[in-house]
Amino acid sequence: MNKVVANADEAVRDIPAGATLMLGGFGLCGIPENCIASLVKKGINNLTCISNNAGVDGFGIGLLLENKQVKKMISSYVGENAEFERQLLSGELEVELVPQGTLATRCMATGYGMPAVFLQAGYGTEVQEGKEVREFNGKHYLLEMAFDSDFAIVKAWKGDKMGNLVFKDTARNFNPLMAMAGKITIAEVEELVEPGEIDPNHIHTPGIYVHRIFQGKDYEKRIEQRTVRQRG
Amino acid sequence: MPLNKEQIAKRIAQELQDGFYVNLGIGIPTLVANYIPEGVNVVLQSENGLLGMGPFPFEGEEDADLINAGKQTITTLPGSSFFDSAMSFGMIRAGKVDLTVLGAMEVSENGDIANWKIPKKMVKGMGGAMDLVAAAKNIIVAMQHTNPKGESKLLPKCSLPLTGVNCVRKIVSDLGVFDVTADGFVCLEYAPGVTIEEIKAKTAGKLTIAADVKEMTV
Repeated sequence: MNKVVANADEAVRDIPAGATLMLGGFGLCGIPENCIASLVKKGINNLTCISNNAGVDGFGIGLLLENKQVKKMISSYVGENAEFERQLLSGELEVELVPQGTLATRCMATGYGMPAVFLQAGYGTEVQEGKEVREFNGKHYLLEMAFDSDFAIVKAWKGDKMGNLVFKDTARNFNPLMAMAGKITIAEVEELVEPGEIDPNHIHTPGIYVHRIFQGKDYEKRIEQRTVRQRG
Repeated sequence: MPLNKEQIAKRIAQELQDGFYVNLGIGIPTLVANYIPEGVNVVLQSENGLLGMGPFPFEGEEDADLINAGKQTITTLPGSSFFDSAMSFGMIRAGKVDLTVLGAMEVSENGDIANWKIPKKMVKGMGGAMDLVAAAKNIIVAMQHTNPKGESKLLPKCSLPLTGVNCVRKIVSDLGVFDVTADGFVCLEYAPGVTIEEIKAKTAGKLTIAADVKEMTV
C-alpha cells in the first residue's frame, strides 16, 4: 500500500479535462490550496466542480474560474466573486445552485453508497423543479440524487501515510463528506505523519477512503472576513 | 420611531429561553448574540460546523480555520464542538435546533419567505437558508417592514422566488412584533412611537391587531 505522493502536481497528474471534481471547504476555510494551484498550472478545462462556494476573485476556485477551466459549478453560495458573476451572466458558465444541507447530504449519500435521499429543503421553491415529491407524515420531501464524482480533493490538518485524516475546527465542513465520495480521493494535509502517530480514536476519516495523500506547503489560509474585538 | 437594527436584535433576544440551541443568520440576526438576557444560557449553532460559537477573537488571535457561517473569524467556548456539514444540517433537519433567526426580503401572510434571489439582479445562492426554513421548528424573521421605496415587505403573496413555504411563525420588524397565523399577520406589539395606523398602512398582507396589543419594551 503506497498512498503517499510527492506533491500536488503528482496527486492531480491524471485528472482529465471534463472531469467532475468535488473540492472541500467552506468559503476559503479548509480548501485544498495546493491542488487548486496544480490544477491551474495543468490548465485542464471543462471541469464540473462540486463545492459549497466558488472561491473569491484571485483565490481558491476563483483561480480556476479566471483561467476559464470550469464548465459547471454545483454550489450553494457563489457571492463574493465578480468573475464568477460575469461568466454566469454571459452564459459561459453553468451553475446548479443547491441548498447547503442538501449539497452536504448528497455528498454523504455518495460516500455511504446510497443512490438518493429525500430532503425537505426547497420544497415549494424553484429547487423543486423536475424532482419527485413524496409525502411522509404530512410533510413534503424532494428526491435528491447522490453525486457521481471522478475525484474528490480535500484538505486536512493531519494525515498519516495510510490516509487516515484529522480535520481542524470549522475547516472540517465538507471535507470528510467529500473524502468519502470520490472515486479517487486526494488529500492534502498540513502535517503528514507515520501510521500510529494519530490516536485511532481521533481519526475523522478512515484511510480506506483516501487514495492519495501528500504533505502540502505554503498555506496562505486567506481570511474572508477578519473580525476582532478589543482587549479590556 | 421605528426601531433601528440593534433594537430589532434586542427585541428578538427577549425570545431566547434558557437552554435553547439557536442558529442566527447573517445581518441583523447576528446582532442578537449581543443582547442575550442575563441568566439565559443559549448555545449558538453555526451551520458550517460549530456548536458553542464564542465572540470575535482578540486582534492577533484570528484563526483562518475557525469561522462562522458569515465567514467571520470567531472563537469557541468551553463545551463547544465541531462537526461536518452533513451532521450540521442533520441536527437542523431533525429539529434539534430550537430557534432560527434569519432575515427576509419578503414574507407572505401564510408564512412563505423570500430571501435568496432577485431575478437578474442578485443570484448569489441560497446557502443554508432553504434547509433552515424547511426544517426549523421555530423561525423568527428579523426584517425592515418596508423596502427602500417604502413598499411593504409583509405581503399577501411573495413576488420574489421563494426560500420556503408556510414556515415563518414570527416577525420582528422595525415597526412591531407579528405572529404569522392561519389568519394572516397578527400585530402583537408596536414599536415605541409607531402608531397602529402606520403599521396598517405599511402592511400589504392581511393584518389583524391583537386585542391585547401593547407597546414593545426594548
